[in-house]
Amino acid sequence: MNIVVPIKFVPDLVEELTIDDSGAALDTAWMRMILNEFDDHAIEQAILLKEAGAGSVTVVAPDTEGVDDALFAAAAKGADRLIKLTGNFENDVRSHALARVFANAVKTLRPELILTGVQAHNDLDGAIGARLAELLGMPYIGYISGVSLAQNKAKVRKEYPGGLIAEMEMTLPGVIGVQAASQPQRYVPISKVRQAMKTARIEEMPAAELESAGGPAVSRMFRPEVGARAEMIEGDAGDVAARLVELFREQGIL
Amino acid sequence: MIVTPVFPDPTLTDAFYERLYTLPDGERIRTCLQCGSCSGVCPYGYVMEYPPGRMIAALRADVFHRVMQSESVWMCISCYACADVCPSKIPLTLGLMTRAKEDLLLAGKVPAELQIALENSQRYGNVLGQSPRKRADWTRLLGADLDVPVMGRNKPAADVLWFVGDYGSYHPRVQKVSEALARVLKALDVDFGILGPDEVSDGDSQRLAGERGLFEMLAERNGRTFQKYRFNRIITTDPHAYNAFKNEYPALGFSYPVMHHTQFLAERLAQLQPMIKRPLKAKVTFHDPCYLGRANGEYEAPRQLLAAILDTELLEMAHSRATSICCGGGGGGMWMDGFHWERAHTRTSEWRVREAAGAGAEILAVACPYEPPRFEDAVKSAREVAGLLVRDIAELLIDAMEPV
Repeated sequence: MNIVVPIKFVPDLVEELTIDDSGAALDTAWMRMILNEFDDHAIEQAILLKEAGAGSVTVVAPDTEGVDDALFAAAAKGADRLIKLTGNFENDVRSHALARVFANAVKTLRPELILTGVQAHNDLDGAIGARLAELLGMPYIGYISGVSLAQNKAKVRKEYPGGLIAEMEMTLPGVIGVQAASQPQRYVPISKVRQAMKTARIEEMPAAELESAGGPAVSRMFRPEVGARAEMIEGDAGDVAARLVELFREQGIL
Repeated sequence: MIVTPVFPDPTLTDAFYERLYTLPDGERIRTCLQCGSCSGVCPYGYVMEYPPGRMIAALRADVFHRVMQSESVWMCISCYACADVCPSKIPLTLGLMTRAKEDLLLAGKVPAELQIALENSQRYGNVLGQSPRKRADWTRLLGADLDVPVMGRNKPAADVLWFVGDYGSYHPRVQKVSEALARVLKALDVDFGILGPDEVSDGDSQRLAGERGLFEMLAERNGRTFQKYRFNRIITTDPHAYNAFKNEYPALGFSYPVMHHTQFLAERLAQLQPMIKRPLKAKVTFHDPCYLGRANGEYEAPRQLLAAILDTELLEMAHSRATSICCGGGGGGMWMDGFHWERAHTRTSEWRVREAAGAGAEILAVACPYEPPRFEDAVKSAREVAGLLVRDIAELLIDAMEPV
């Protein structure tokens, strides 16, 4: 089975984020990009399926900072093909536009199963998987934590609020939005990444034109407003406890 | 001479055996007497299914895969106690333990907590997962009177390159040790510089946790940084960094004179002595760090400094010098607290602070960046030692030097 995993990159929150002069975007000067965590889970899920006997894994990524490292790390885990989409991805690309780029690229690979992160922290609209499925005319299920395959069907576990889990079956080809792989991501030792850098090859594929239509547009970005509602209770343990009891009484908790 | 089996365990790679026996003194593993000293001295030997002596027995009985299926080797905190006590001088820590961890790691069998520290080291160059750009930010917390020069900014040459390390740079408790050393160096008028954002983890504990490739990557980055600047020696408060620069970096082509801060300061005792205005009257004991003491044979420098600082006799714990008990942070233990706790239901750091209190100490003096946080946490959970203070020698020194 031919499994394709489209991945994207998001700002690494280890570095502080600043808003640029336009007020509607992040300042990219000090920004460092990191593989979207959900996409990392999608890669892991694809490798787990491959190890369980299902065909080959192709990882597709837009050409952004850190893309080569992420692709080689995927190869070290067991990915068979690495594809870098070349084009201008410098500025924040909207999820609808990226979904179109992915759809154009992925079509040529004739995938039977597409696994991608269900969302990303820089948009949270969870649109890529769903849009991709729409553009390719495939079914879609999102928020999946666990996939297994049987003939031309995927059996998936979908999480619902309140701790409910549903098991669903999807006829392939189809797209799955991965929330978590069925096992935690494996560790990739540096020596294996270095080996992959020597043996694996990154194929370049020109990306289709990025059209910004569709999806929400950001009109303003701002930092969370600081409230002043916290009260620091000073004093020794007895005073603090007495004040807490008083507060709980006032709130009707006690 | 006892010989290992002709047909090695097929589940292990040839590379495992090759790396094991081609180490310096690796062949000595064949001379094990099965005296059991290593297992007895191992601080976690009692919870290991295969303590070090049984590991060697399993290796020779051709059933080492059983060791690899157990969790025994991940209880190893690379403290050198087994290697130090071995009458056959078998390189147990560097050889057997580290090689076994390397093989497990390459097979993808890594405790989850350790994985996070290793991934942080890969991506950010520090185990704490902090921004590499902020590595020198601790210096901003210092007073305006205390300028710590960063070599990459405005000081390409200095007599002393001070390697601050991950914990000294980022950990709020250990930053106080860095501040103390900065003040001592200023008082001594030492011409020094730090690397700031150019510096990455020394990688030694990652190496002993089995991630050899990561160690080499970090060492190459630090080595290339060292080559950019002119300096006469490296100093560090971290015995693990000291061990790496002294014993491991030279093989990768980066060879520099290196001193632990206690050695560097002990050499300047004549200059320091008159600056000690307020000798410390407290009862103090000293914890020998594994990688200063057992691994590198330095027991005197810290004691010379303490003798100069203290108004009283230094108290010695039951386990002292070569028999010092590891704080539990070595060999990746620093990042596997939950893993070790789940299996041992105690911490070696708790054992150690009880010993310090048992020796009558009010202050536990230390000389390794793992120790202030580890021992202070241990004091919180071992209630009978409440009130025991943990201080790096640099902190005690600056307290004794500076006027109230």
